Amino acid sequence: MDNTVEIRWHGRGGQGAKTAALLFGEAAMSLGKNIQAFPEYGPERMGAPVASFNRISSQPINLHCSITNPSLVVVLDPTLMGKVDVTDGIPKGGAIIVNTMMKPAEIKKQLGVAELKVFTVDASGISKETIGREIPNTPMLGALAKVSGLLDYDMMIKDMEKKLSEKFKNKPEIVKGNLEAIKRAYNEVHGE
Amino acid sequence: MVKVVAKTGNEAMAEAMRQINPDVVAAYPITPATEIVMIFAKYVADGLVDTEFVAVESEHSAMSACVGASAAGGRVMTGTSSQGLVYMYEILPIASSLRLPIVMCDVNRAISGPINIHCDHSDTMAAQDFGWIQMFSENSQEAYDGLIQAIRIAEDPRLRLPTMVTTDGFIISHCMDKIELLDDADVKNFIGAERKAADSLLNLDKPVTIGLIDLQDYYFEHRCQVADAMKNAKQVILEVADEFAKKFGRKYGLIDGYLLDDAEYVVVALGSTCGTAKVVVDEMRAKGVKAGLLKIRVFRPFPAEEIAAALSKAKAVAILDRSDTWSAQGGHVFTEVRSGMFDLKARPKMINYIYGLGGREINLEHLRQVFGDLQNVDKQPLVQYLGVRE
Repeated sequence: MDNTVEIRWHGRGGQGAKTAALLFGEAAMSLGKNIQAFPEYGPERMGAPVASFNRISSQPINLHCSITNPSLVVVLDPTLMGKVDVTDGIPKGGAIIVNTMMKPAEIKKQLGVAELKVFTVDASGISKETIGREIPNTPMLGALAKVSGLLDYDMMIKDMEKKLSEKFKNKPEIVKGNLEAIKRAYNEVHGE
Repeated sequence: MVKVVAKTGNEAMAEAMRQINPDVVAAYPITPATEIVMIFAKYVADGLVDTEFVAVESEHSAMSACVGASAAGGRVMTGTSSQGLVYMYEILPIASSLRLPIVMCDVNRAISGPINIHCDHSDTMAAQDFGWIQMFSENSQEAYDGLIQAIRIAEDPRLRLPTMVTTDGFIISHCMDKIELLDDADVKNFIGAERKAADSLLNLDKPVTIGLIDLQDYYFEHRCQVADAMKNAKQVILEVADEFAKKFGRKYGLIDGYLLDDAEYVVVALGSTCGTAKVVVDEMRAKGVKAGLLKIRVFRPFPAEEIAAALSKAKAVAILDRSDTWSAQGGHVFTEVRSGMFDLKARPKMINYIYGLGGREINLEHLRQVFGDLQNVDKQPLVQYLGVRE
């Protein structure tokens, strides 16, 4: 259990927080990890705050309780900050990654979390430029891979390319855009 | 060849159904089981299975259609949850007394009211007296493996009993997990290409009548035959599990122990909670406490002798129930386990926790509390509600 990493995703209904957790779980599994990915189920409405979760471990995962102290938190929508306690339960030394154009220091101040590592990346901007519309969950996979250090970068990109190519057989431009989004977020995420 | 994939409990069950390729599936959607039949309906539409899919207007009709199709000799499956299962109650004992080997995916969910979509075992436990074999799953892998085994168990000529395989709603049904899939051909070989029905309505060489009125003359005998079949079921379930283990490597029992052999303090549980309990058992062991877990995988037939033997040396046992009988005497599992222990010369002290109703969280802290209580068992009430607000 000691090496199990717990992750929480915050988004709004329709932004793909659930899909992101499933994709990250699948990617980690392809690279040999044991995984869980599950959403939080409540009243679901487009635009309402939602959360989803991952457990990633090199050991088989037996735990089936909810995740209350994630060491990594991903915020897909910066407007959630102040409305949802996105830092709830993160232990000291944990990290939060926010989709925003703001600098990590500004977010750190805004959230009032001196003891946490804060990372930012403009995932919305990246997705608009690479995929052509605002889908922040795809680039955030790259940012999370970088910050967590859980996945080997080259292997992850290869695996993603394979999966996306299977899914979008007749749309190579979508595969290219998504991969570019992941790569850019991986390289552009920065923190303190 | 083993194929490792990431699947939710519902996806795993739908995948098993695809590989089983039943003759008939009749079902009506209900959260959190909807996906199972939704995914399967896509397999039907895509021509990946040969199944006749009957889209009915209710669960009562779903089970009625299953009864008809199974009486005709078909291999028949369905899936439901909560109120859907409750709505089937009228037909469930007809399926078993007619000895129809229908196999059901049942996603454990609270029953109304108040209305609630989350996990507990109330729906399944209230169906315990209807002559269905009931198997619980700790995770998606067990659900997948259990469903494939269930076909063999249900159709065994010694039993011919309907069988339900359950997962915990949302906790397993909607949690993506790593599981190992079998080859389609291996599944087909394991379960047989088709059901061998000894007596069926469509066997024109041997005409039979099914579902007649049965009064003082034979009703009693027929009900006792179901009881006899249920007695035989333990042996059949173990035989099928052994063959499964030999072929595919994963071993299952009626009950499965975790660090149980020398355990002094034991938690008895069903379903997904067993996974979380294993983590706490490990913690306790690291502190030098001889903790253990007894997982009940098969609840019907009830493995009373096996449980009594496994618990005979324990000092104190906590039985966890994710449902309440409202008898004011504890939950379903507690009363059965306690009764099963009665004839032992020396019994451990047994206490009951009712927990997790309507999806209420059961976490490491709750289970630590249970193991703590067990070490002071004399101070504990017979029945307590774990995680409820005062």
